[in-house]
Amino acid sequence: MTVNEKELAERVIEISGVNTRKCMKCGKCSGTCPSYDEMEYHPHQFVSMVEKGQIKKLMESKSLWTCLSCFACIERCPRSVEPAKLIEAVRLCVIRQQGANHMKACSVPDSIDENMPQQAIVSAFRKYSK
Amino acid sequence: MQRIGVFVCWCGSNIAGTVDVEKVASSVAGEPGVVFTTNYQYMCSEGGQGMIRRAIKEHGLTGIVVCSCSPRMHEATFRKTAQAAGLNPYMVEIANIREQCSWIHKDKDEGTEKAVILAKAAIAKLNLNKPLTAGESNVTKRALVIGGGIAGIQTALDIADAGYEVDIVEKSPTIGGRMAQLDKTFPTLDCAACILTPKMVDAAASDKINLYTYSEVEAVSGFVGNFKVKIKKKPRYVNSELCSGCGVCTEKCPSRKAPNEFNMGLNNRGAIYIPFAQAIPNVPVIDPEQCIKLKTGKCGLCEKNCTAKAIDFTQKEEIIEREYGAIVAATGYRPISLENFDEFGYAHNKDVITSLELERLMNAAGPTKGVLLRPSDGEHPHEIVFIQCVGSRDTSGCGKPYCSKICCMYTAKHAMMIRDKYPDTKVHVFYIDVRTPGKNFDEFYRRAVEEYGVDYIKGMVGKVAEKDGKLLVQGSDLISNEQVHIEADLVVLAAAIEPDPSVRNIATMLTASIDTNNFLTEAHPKLRPVESPTAGVFLSGVCQGPKDIPETVAQASAAAAKVIGLLSKDKLTGNPCVAHSDELLCNGCSQCACVCPYGAIDYIDKEVNDHGKREVRRIASVNEAVCQGCGACTVTCPSGAMDLKGFTTRQIMAEVDAICR
Amino acid sequence: MQVNDTNKEFRPLIVAFCCNWCSYAGADLAGSSRLSYPADVKIIRVPCSCRVNPMFILRAFQRGADGVIIAGCHPGDCHYTSGNYFARRRMTLLFSMLDYLGIERERTRVEWISAAEGAKFSATMNEFAETISRLGENRRLEDLRCKE
Repeated sequence: MTVNEKELAERVIEISGVNTRKCMKCGKCSGTCPSYDEMEYHPHQFVSMVEKGQIKKLMESKSLWTCLSCFACIERCPRSVEPAKLIEAVRLCVIRQQGANHMKACSVPDSIDENMPQQAIVSAFRKYSK
Repeated sequence: MQRIGVFVCWCGSNIAGTVDVEKVASSVAGEPGVVFTTNYQYMCSEGGQGMIRRAIKEHGLTGIVVCSCSPRMHEATFRKTAQAAGLNPYMVEIANIREQCSWIHKDKDEGTEKAVILAKAAIAKLNLNKPLTAGESNVTKRALVIGGGIAGIQTALDIADAGYEVDIVEKSPTIGGRMAQLDKTFPTLDCAACILTPKMVDAAASDKINLYTYSEVEAVSGFVGNFKVKIKKKPRYVNSELCSGCGVCTEKCPSRKAPNEFNMGLNNRGAIYIPFAQAIPNVPVIDPEQCIKLKTGKCGLCEKNCTAKAIDFTQKEEIIEREYGAIVAATGYRPISLENFDEFGYAHNKDVITSLELERLMNAAGPTKGVLLRPSDGEHPHEIVFIQCVGSRDTSGCGKPYCSKICCMYTAKHAMMIRDKYPDTKVHVFYIDVRTPGKNFDEFYRRAVEEYGVDYIKGMVGKVAEKDGKLLVQGSDLISNEQVHIEADLVVLAAAIEPDPSVRNIATMLTASIDTNNFLTEAHPKLRPVESPTAGVFLSGVCQGPKDIPETVAQASAAAAKVIGLLSKDKLTGNPCVAHSDELLCNGCSQCACVCPYGAIDYIDKEVNDHGKREVRRIASVNEAVCQGCGACTVTCPSGAMDLKGFTTRQIMAEVDAICR
Repeated sequence: MQVNDTNKEFRPLIVAFCCNWCSYAGADLAGSSRLSYPADVKIIRVPCSCRVNPMFILRAFQRGADGVIIAGCHPGDCHYTSGNYFARRRMTLLFSMLDYLGIERERTRVEWISAAEGAKFSATMNEFAETISRLGENRRLEDLRCKE
């Protein structure tokens, strides 16, 4: 783990407020995740990867953007670990890098589906724009 | 003036690691009364105790201070040591420099400084100690067991076997408890009823055991050896003396709406019912909430059909008062409510069941006569998913933070039995960890996997949804890093267990402590596992913590041994730290009697000699056998007449002064 | 008064009255679980929180204590059935009197800590010690004759 990555891991923990050590590796987050098959890393891996400090791998991963932010993993985690908050925090790490936007803010309205729940739209704005 | 010896224990490196024991010993050498100080590796060892005994004799000590572990640990040990050397055992004070000093402070200077202050406080208190003698009280040679499950039955049988009388109070209509509901038992797969019912029969047949079924403990007063208990006998509306247990009434009863508790609500029972065939006593009971006759005055079919004339609608609640020397709590458990676990769909899907419900479905005396059928349509399930840790090890607030301990094993048992009976059925078990620490337990679980081909999946189920009569189970397989989707016919949830809710009220009555999960607290987690901190109250079974049947039986017998030990004594030595009223200061105002929770204070007219003036005054008199030494009266007393031996106002003030100096 | 200087070096003196059955056992559990709290906290064992005479607290303040905490069993769980209720009422009265005298309300506290709550014991003591450190030295009730 490089120094830079250690700092990143600390930043993710700080932004998310998640204690990854509370995880008992039951996998309920991944069991509950609706976009599991779209991800290369799954919610339970997010937790252990942050704990191991493998943030860069996560930042480069596509699964960061396939998470729906539906918060089912947060809702159902028996240990209150809140994996989606970690995902949100890693996204922020990416977004805060200059010029590293996943997509342009102006293109967001085109992608909005009318049937999307309010919560998902709010999350989408956080996810796609600065 | 006292002649005090101070003994500082190293406790190996437990104390000596963070406290400079020699400095503690030398720092207190100049304290008032101190004539001897020393330190030693293990004060509680035979060598250490011998050292104390010799010092008492050689230096003519009148009291000793031991700076060591918590007084809750070894105060009794050192009191015996002092007594062996001819000292009054209450001339011993402990300075707790381990639990409340060396173990929590890392800095040696800081720890040493605090240890010295704690030692000085103990010395200051000891300077004011007086020899105390404990009073004696009688022991009522009879025990009460609250709860008639396997724990309560075993405890009662063992106590009866030693020749003492035991009463079992059971709130439901029969003894037997949860074990009676089970089909088979792990790890030997013998049938629960086959090993339980003989014990139930033994309990009923014993002339030393008296059963109060359908009864509850209403009030408890008194103290170890002399408890007074009020037992409420709820009306059965059936005369137990006349009833022959033929069961005709239960068949004739037209009311069929009540969910059958014994079958976990999987079918209904009548308003008059016998919980199960081997119930003891084999006497039906009428549920007043359901009985048409009791609610509307019309019906009485049971009465008309009873040839023994045993039905009696005029029965009233009865209060029985009895005295006991010891009380055993064996109140057991229940599965938690699953209302917080919507993702598994237990509330709105009949084919999502708990393990205890499956136990009834597998039982030959159950609602399906032992044939495994889906509750929704009565079909054979061909694919079954078991989900473990439902509500166990849950710190999110939805479930319980502890491991329920029994689920891994009973799930392996269920999976194995289903594969054995219905080999065409696929069985999947979602687990977080498989915990099998017990004799032949891991072998049992491996048999389920290796011989019976049960599919164990390391992971957890996220949701269960219904589609076209199937249950879509979505879970994670952490080993193969996949999300799995199973179309199941039946989903079985290993729900966490929790103490029976009645335990809260019982704990309050017994003044037994309870932990944050409502389990009764043992006096010491390792060394006194079956005793409650309240003298004379013992713990048996799951009311103290999750356990399986073998452990429950072991603990039940252990509790019985403790009860027998207590009942075999003719006299009990009481606690000499009791309240005492100074007759010259007391003005007979009665305030102390108002706050005494034991009614230990009476008022007597006594002639006193107040500085040469003789007169008869009304003064408080404490019954030392009844006083438990809480000290409520001492603070209430407006004239300062009431004091508590062993914790006198002057002693505590001296401690405050020593700490604040 | 050199507030800044005294605050830097200031170590509060805290007296904790713990009932034998719950809170003292809770303190023992904190100890055996190695859950630390400041050494400034010194525990006095009493059979029950109802044995704590308000006089003891005044005496502690008089002798230079900066904070006093009384810990007993949770309401309903008292070993002596009702002792903690007496303690609660008495302390409510005492605290309002201390308030009247101008003693900061935070210097005194009643807490319910069971024998199983070692973590709560340690957390409570840490928090209380921090509060008292912030308040600084108790001077108002201190008896000057007790100064060495």
